[in-house]
Amino acid sequence: MEIDPFIFRFSIFILSIFIGYYVVWSVTPSLHTPLMSVTNAISSVIIVGAIIAALAGENQNILDTANIFGFLAIILAAVNIFGGFLVTQRMLAMYKKKKKDKK
Amino acid sequence: MISANLLAIFYLISGVLFILALRGLSSPETSRQGNLFGIIGMTIAIGVTIISAGNFSTGFLYLIILLLIGGSIGAFIAFKIPMTAMPELVAGFHSLVGLAAVFVAISAFLNPEVFNLGSPGNIKIASLIEMSLGASIGAITFTGSIIAFLKLRGIMSGSPITFIGQHFLNLILGIILVSLIFFLCKTQSNNLFWMVVTISLLVGILLIIPIGGADMPVVISMLNSYSGWAAAGIGFTLENTALIITGALVGSSGAILSYIMCKGMNRSFFNVILGGWGATDQSSSTKSKEQKPVKSGNAEDAAFLMKNASSVIIVPGYGMAVAQAQHALREMVDALKKNGVKVTYAIHPVAGRMPGHMNVLLAEANVPYDEVFELEEINNDFANCDVAYVIGANDVTNPIAKTDPQSPIYGMPILDVEKSKSVLFVKRSLSPGYAGIDNDLFYRDNTLMLFADAKKMTEEIIKNLN
Repeated sequence: MEIDPFIFRFSIFILSIFIGYYVVWSVTPSLHTPLMSVTNAISSVIIVGAIIAALAGENQNILDTANIFGFLAIILAAVNIFGGFLVTQRMLAMYKKKKKDKK
Repeated sequence: MISANLLAIFYLISGVLFILALRGLSSPETSRQGNLFGIIGMTIAIGVTIISAGNFSTGFLYLIILLLIGGSIGAFIAFKIPMTAMPELVAGFHSLVGLAAVFVAISAFLNPEVFNLGSPGNIKIASLIEMSLGASIGAITFTGSIIAFLKLRGIMSGSPITFIGQHFLNLILGIILVSLIFFLCKTQSNNLFWMVVTISLLVGILLIIPIGGADMPVVISMLNSYSGWAAAGIGFTLENTALIITGALVGSSGAILSYIMCKGMNRSFFNVILGGWGATDQSSSTKSKEQKPVKSGNAEDAAFLMKNASSVIIVPGYGMAVAQAQHALREMVDALKKNGVKVTYAIHPVAGRMPGHMNVLLAEANVPYDEVFELEEINNDFANCDVAYVIGANDVTNPIAKTDPQSPIYGMPILDVEKSKSVLFVKRSLSPGYAGIDNDLFYRDNTLMLFADAKKMTEEIIKNLN
């Protein structure tokens, strides 16, 4: 009997939910806003689907409907990836500890 | 070209890097490194996908151009956005993820061969279910986030929009969606697929309009969660581990944040989602309004009180964000510290319009994060503190939450500012907070009301301190 590959993916999915559960509970509440922006950025990994869809087929048909939806998704995801990671970086750079030497 | 197995390993690596990115956020010191892991993970995922697609001519050119366009727009927004606008930025970004998920699902539906899902009109049933779920959740995330964005931005009124039969309508639409997906699997009809997308877009709007402005922390977290589930749905369709792992991480992250926010308001998730809460209470409170004596003071009194205190706790709320008073507040605290006053900050879980909103604003104003405390950490300190300076917060300090079971906020954890020797309330008027209930604290003997804009008042106090 073969196990359907879907079951493997489903196992990964369920285990990742548990990982997410424990990892996110350990995030300090003061970083919840960066948490949201970074999860936003990483969920844009959906761009891999967009790339596959956009680059499918022969070059003369590269602007087929299906490809165009892929290209549109690439722009959207790219905004999110760059915007999400950079704004997270900008926020995290602001979190500073008390300076020992008072200026 | 790159073998399918090697490709899967690379996706696994980027999935692990994303886990490390979230793990890094457990403390501010490790967080920057975490973000770097996230960036590396994303670069790997994009890089190997481009290599595996093996198209380095016209398509590749378009791809690079579009990446650059999207990337520059994103970078521009990321550098320009003021920190006070973070909630609407995040809502806006969620809508993009949602729409991208819809587009990828449409593309997979129109051209299933590319993803090995069968041929048009003959797509594998499992893939069809996965892609319709991905498209549906993505579409809900898209329109829902747009409504949230409009409400947060103030373009749309923050008050809940409710009508008779609303929940019934949502239920019907939900049933229609499920049956459409069922018939889509049977008939493989294009029209049914488009109907699934259209109805989901409608459901997204209907789900968010009844939710009031101050429930936005829950809404944003919830949409964050949805965007994750949409990504996971697409991940199953495309059989892509990176997407499945990331989707699950983001989905559970958003769900946990929603839970924390609901707990911060002592409301159940469904209570928030069904909405319409703030509206009914406001009408009942206005009629029971009676004139009670209030002690109001000016900046001079406040400065005097705080200067002579040995410890002061600052309680910031959404009003501080609206007035952009965080920088002035930091200056005031600096002046107080010069006078030898010990100052700390107390943050309620639902202060502001998104989780952690106040912390980011204070960090922006250069407040060291080790002076900022969460509710559980600091609540006992109010009893030993001389002055509580409440700036732009209201309901989260209302002692009625502990005493009156009839009150809509009964049971909500509050900051015990009433235990401090004196309380300074910076507020524009005596108007009730978002919950529409009067705050008993305003009328107490040890409370001094400072009626003014949060920023102006704080600046006035600074003048009087120096």
